[in-house]
Amino acid sequence: MERLPKWADLVLVPLVSLLLAAIIAAIVIIAIGQDPWEAITVMVQGSLMDGYGWGYTLYYATSFMFTGLAVTVAFHASLFNIGGEGQAQLGGLGVALACLFLPWPHWTLALLGATFAAALFGAAWAAVPAYLQAKRGSHIVITTIMFNYIASAVLIFLLVDVLRPDGQMDPATANFPEATALPTLNQIPVFNLFFTSKVPANVTLLIALAAAFGVWALLWRTRLGYSIRAFGKSEDAARYAGINPFKITMIAMLLSGALAGMMAINNVMGEAGRLLQNSASGAGFIGIAVALMGRNHPLGVVLAAILFGFLFQGGAELGMWTKIPIEMRVVVQGLVILFTGALDVMVRMMLTRIFAAFRGGRAAKGAV
Amino acid sequence: MDYATLLQLLDTTIRLATPLLFACLAGLYSERAGIFDIGLEGKMLMAAMASASVAFLTGSVWMGVLAGIGASLILAGIHGLASITFRGNQLISGVALNFVASGITVLVAQRLFGQGGRTPPLEGDARFAPITLPFAEALRDVPILGPLYFEVISGHPFLVYLGFVTVPLTWWVLYRTRFGLRLRAVGENPAAVDTAGISVVGLRFAAVAITGVLCGLAGAYMATALQAGFGREMTAGRGYIALAALIFAKWRPVAALWACLLFGFFQALALRPDVVEGVLHFKVPVTFLDALPYVLTVLVLAGFVGKAIPPRAGGEPYVKER
Repeated sequence: MERLPKWADLVLVPLVSLLLAAIIAAIVIIAIGQDPWEAITVMVQGSLMDGYGWGYTLYYATSFMFTGLAVTVAFHASLFNIGGEGQAQLGGLGVALACLFLPWPHWTLALLGATFAAALFGAAWAAVPAYLQAKRGSHIVITTIMFNYIASAVLIFLLVDVLRPDGQMDPATANFPEATALPTLNQIPVFNLFFTSKVPANVTLLIALAAAFGVWALLWRTRLGYSIRAFGKSEDAARYAGINPFKITMIAMLLSGALAGMMAINNVMGEAGRLLQNSASGAGFIGIAVALMGRNHPLGVVLAAILFGFLFQGGAELGMWTKIPIEMRVVVQGLVILFTGALDVMVRMMLTRIFAAFRGGRAAKGAV
Repeated sequence: MDYATLLQLLDTTIRLATPLLFACLAGLYSERAGIFDIGLEGKMLMAAMASASVAFLTGSVWMGVLAGIGASLILAGIHGLASITFRGNQLISGVALNFVASGITVLVAQRLFGQGGRTPPLEGDARFAPITLPFAEALRDVPILGPLYFEVISGHPFLVYLGFVTVPLTWWVLYRTRFGLRLRAVGENPAAVDTAGISVVGLRFAAVAITGVLCGLAGAYMATALQAGFGREMTAGRGYIALAALIFAKWRPVAALWACLLFGFFQALALRPDVVEGVLHFKVPVTFLDALPYVLTVLVLAGFVGKAIPPRAGGEPYVKER
């Protein structure tokens, strides 16, 4: 089979996949008797046309950057971590414990402490599936799915029976102290020129971008990153080169869990200000779509996360202003995963054929 | 706990184990043929929505069941296309289809009925009625066994009995027919099957189709027998519990029955925390009972309760020539 040029493989394949997903989504919208053009207009209006919309889009994107990076790091070690959801929920627990039970004098210190706690709890939740994969060969996909459910059970128990303050009805922790509140983008100089009203996007966005850079540097600029990628490409070759498979599996999964956990500083600390039930609200799963769409590269992940932030915020607007239910965004999310993740061979075959025909045509012209 | 309570628990166990059983056997066919399927959940959900909608619109539960199977088969077809024809990642395809199903069921139900993504309640012929087995009334007064027969074994809808019959049937198909031998072979060593001149693609599509039919029955049971209608996310993770049961049963049909009954029993217990507290004399949070199947599955996977070895070629697309 002929190869695609590199730029086509990197840029064209995801774009065509996205286009196919969008076409199917439009067909779905038509099928339920609505207008796809109206839908896209409402989505763009509500999420990209002013500072307020961007504030929400970037808030969601921040969470998705973390979970997308989490999936990416594991993917490079050829591990499919579906447990981002559970790891993010545990990260939320870490944030809540740090914010509630330690006296923080200033938000900067609280942010450092909470980030550390979130990463620690997320990594701990990934540690058991990682160990079972590395030592016992238990399939990481199945164990991480199971750990998602166990995480949600643990959190329901803790929120209902342990952390809930007396006299409060809903299963959630008490509000975090004032000193732990993170500045939102409208409170930060320079940013506040664009974000004029109160938005949920907060300083965590900068941490997410830094994390993306960190993941890039780790994977492509360090010996450890090289080992992770080598292990992911061929376990046998990596082992022959003296790379310890147990160590790499553990490190990749712990990093992945830590990144997923860190998303909690965005939603739990930055937005809600307390830990709620089901705090990750699906962001762990969207990380899969983001990583696939972003072709497992941190830059791609950042862009894909913004795209999904737009879909998420736009989807909420759909639910509010049109007759299209908010669940539309779950459909789009599934379609994007399907086309970029499972049907990418189809897209690639299609493009290869088009390229071959194009080249054939040019070669024939050259001969004349 | 008295005998009557125990019978009630067992009765609930059977009702709750049935969808797990259908889904678990569904997964068994697919995974034994070398196609991982974590999309059981999505197929069940689609089937539940389609069967409830069609049963309501036509007033016939049988039309509903057919529609459920059809809807589930569509998803199974896409999964087959992605993972067999285009050799895509089977796990990713399953995850994707679960999301699509989760959203699209609400979209369609909202479009059809405009009741916030649920179907109107089913009544009369649009639902499965309980079947009273022969002599159940007459034998009711026989001590111990009589009530057991009357309460637990008799009085379930048709699909429950079909589910239990599917277990020996699956055993027979897998271990006593040529098709079953080939199916198992294609999950262990597809190259050998190919060398013998049998179509790997054909066998795998057949397995995926059987998975579709059984998931369709699981979903139809949820919406037209266990409950009276479809509600959003009504399968509530049962597809994943079935997957857990499949691993717990080490991909064997009879063991799958026991695993599903066990997990069904946990679900029944979670509905009766008062009974659990009465027996154990301390309060067990309901969420712990909910989480038990998952914890047990992790223990099995870890090799603490026997070793679970999946079919060898599972998850690997088959490439004829390299």
